[in-house]
Amino acid sequence: MTANVQPAPASAYDLSPNEQVEQTATFALLVDNEPGVLHRVVGLFAARGYNIESLTVAETDRKAHTSRITVVTRGTRHVLDQIEAQLNKVVNVRRVHDVTRDPNGVERELALVKVRGSGADRVEALRVAEIFRAKPVDTTLESFVFEISGAPSKIDKFLDLMRPLGLVELSRTGVLSIERGVEGM
Amino acid sequence: MTAHQTIESAAPAQTNDRAMTGAEIVVRGLVDQGVEVLFGYPGGAVLPIYDALFHEPRLQHILVRHEQGATHAAEGYARSSGKPGVVLVTSGPGATNAITGIMDALMDSIPMVVITGQVPTHLIGTDAFQEADTVGMTRSCTKHNYLVKDVRDLPKIIHEAFKIATTGRPGPVLIDIPKDVQFAKGEYYGPTEIASTHAYAPKIKGDANRIADAARMIAQARRPIFYTGGGVINAGPKASQALREFAALTGAPVTSTLMGLGAFPAADPAWLGMLGMHGTFEANNAMHDCDVMICVGARFDDRVTGRLDAFSPGSKKIHIDIDASSINKNVRVDLPIVGDAGSVLEDLIVAWKAGGHKANKAALSDWWAQIDVWRARQCLNYRGSETAIKPQYAIERLYALTKDKDVYITTEVGQHQMWAAQFFRFEEPNRWMTSGGLGTMGYGLPAAIGVQLAHPGSLVIDIAGEASIQMCIQELSTAIQFDLPVKIFILNNERMGMVRQWQQLLHGERYSHSYSDSLPDFVKLAEAYGAVGIRCDNPGDLDAKIQEMIACDRPVVFECLVEKDENCLPMIPSGKAHNEMIMDDIEDIGNVIGEDGAGLV
Repeated sequence: MTANVQPAPASAYDLSPNEQVEQTATFALLVDNEPGVLHRVVGLFAARGYNIESLTVAETDRKAHTSRITVVTRGTRHVLDQIEAQLNKVVNVRRVHDVTRDPNGVERELALVKVRGSGADRVEALRVAEIFRAKPVDTTLESFVFEISGAPSKIDKFLDLMRPLGLVELSRTGVLSIERGVEGM
Repeated sequence: MTAHQTIESAAPAQTNDRAMTGAEIVVRGLVDQGVEVLFGYPGGAVLPIYDALFHEPRLQHILVRHEQGATHAAEGYARSSGKPGVVLVTSGPGATNAITGIMDALMDSIPMVVITGQVPTHLIGTDAFQEADTVGMTRSCTKHNYLVKDVRDLPKIIHEAFKIATTGRPGPVLIDIPKDVQFAKGEYYGPTEIASTHAYAPKIKGDANRIADAARMIAQARRPIFYTGGGVINAGPKASQALREFAALTGAPVTSTLMGLGAFPAADPAWLGMLGMHGTFEANNAMHDCDVMICVGARFDDRVTGRLDAFSPGSKKIHIDIDASSINKNVRVDLPIVGDAGSVLEDLIVAWKAGGHKANKAALSDWWAQIDVWRARQCLNYRGSETAIKPQYAIERLYALTKDKDVYITTEVGQHQMWAAQFFRFEEPNRWMTSGGLGTMGYGLPAAIGVQLAHPGSLVIDIAGEASIQMCIQELSTAIQFDLPVKIFILNNERMGMVRQWQQLLHGERYSHSYSDSLPDFVKLAEAYGAVGIRCDNPGDLDAKIQEMIACDRPVVFECLVEKDENCLPMIPSGKAHNEMIMDDIEDIGNVIGEDGAGLV
């Protein structure tokens, strides 16, 4: 039987073998502010094997009883479409917006970065922070804590530069997003 | 008013009329939602609701023997009547036992409302007696669920639950009610007095432009086929009617999934039989070779598609579904239409006529000629026997002797289920109840009980296997208590037949734990419960004994001893395409599936 090697099997467990290009996508969700909503969204990702790269959630409109969840995920275009459709099925989800596909989408993230060092490295850390408009929020004789906000790629770049200068700890909020222009979601 | 008042209906809504306990709100809400029957099992955390039920003559409560039975009975009731099934169980084990049936309802899109008791609010999170995180556990097996923390939310939640369960793609909705909320006083509001706060709004009407495009595509097709599913049945009898009408206009053949059987009449010449793993040769080959596929209310399940990269390679696909997430999930389609199957089919008929479309008669006659070649293969043939009852023969005779009656069929899961799907023929929707998506052994008997309640005068038969039936055999006691004359037709081969078949095909005939060697005496078992037991072990007696079963006005357990090692064929082996079916004349069945196919399910 092994002599007659067959092509790789295809079943529902091996979807779209021809499409392997993965991309990152950011979904902004307007949801009912009810207990368990976050679990519904996160549980959906876990149950269907989707990745969560970052997640933010907070109440945004007390009167309308809504919260906003921003979730960054990765997948092929086909998987991302499926994620959007599945999210739309959750009864507590009022709207799903694919920020990545929206040319008017703005994405921002905030990070707190602890850098430890002395001498020239310490001076260089402060100089790089200035270039990135990162604000020192705490300092000791041998450390800084910087607060930086911006596009996720800018924060990544900042971290690359801080690593050799003594990066010891990092805390990121995950991505937030909003649409440019006058219209609300 | 006492706490245990009989709840008046249709009384003018006055302020003092509205005041009642949470338990009474539940009962009144069910009555106002048109519920007549509920399936349940009492326990500590639902006692207040049971107390309110005690005084409510309009609700018939069916006491099951296990909560799984309650959920399957509710499914059978819902599937055969089009009304939602309602379940009432207690906290902790009551809820966990119900989960299998809730998941089953989710997979097969059955409208169901499950009410679970919960420990009092102040005990939640303390690991109290019979506490379980019911909403947490059921989030992924319900369409939606609620934990009611305030009696003021209760009326809204009850009415909303029914709306969500029965509209759009139907499914189970669970309401978890802590005991203190059941006792708390609140105000009741009827279904029309409360506005839902959710954004939930399923799309019923399909896009008109796409419907016009679809009509054009179908008219231009040379080898069209309808591939229909449970969605047509869920969309109500009008959808089945529209399907029949539209199929006749287009002259296209019709096949269906397991869940869709009955939406299109089996007696119609355009009917090809079921498709998929154990579907017919003609249905699967027609799916493989078609040029336009019209999928209505089906979801390209892996049991239907077989090998995905060889699934109907040359066709343009139209997919009509109320659930947008079913579209482009497994198979990419060319023309998606989101909407209710009935509404879209009716619009398609209008668009077909408005567009002046005519079926391509010449092309269709070639297509039908090809289909006749496939039909001539006689894929459901099996080797008959004078001495042993062939399981296929048993179903054929059961069909022949009941087809002129008002008959409803339920099944368990396994070979008998596939044989029933192949050999029993359905002319109308809602006549066939089976666990398709989840494949739950133990479904058939409680489902039959639910069907019998919805159709008291009808003949309800659970086609079962001796292994499956034992998973919910306790519900026989329910059938006796409520005088429900369901018939359990067991094809007893002393094997978990489908498991054995896969072990033969895929695992070198190593029959690991797939047989039972201490089966009960089913006739005595029936008698112990108070039912009638009939045994048949030779083909010559079969007709007379089936007649005896039909004539009996009590629950019957019919033990049909069948050929032990029969395989369910035809079959698309796992990892193969629609046009690579194996049939009864296969010589070397142990070597059909390669090692790669063995990894699939």
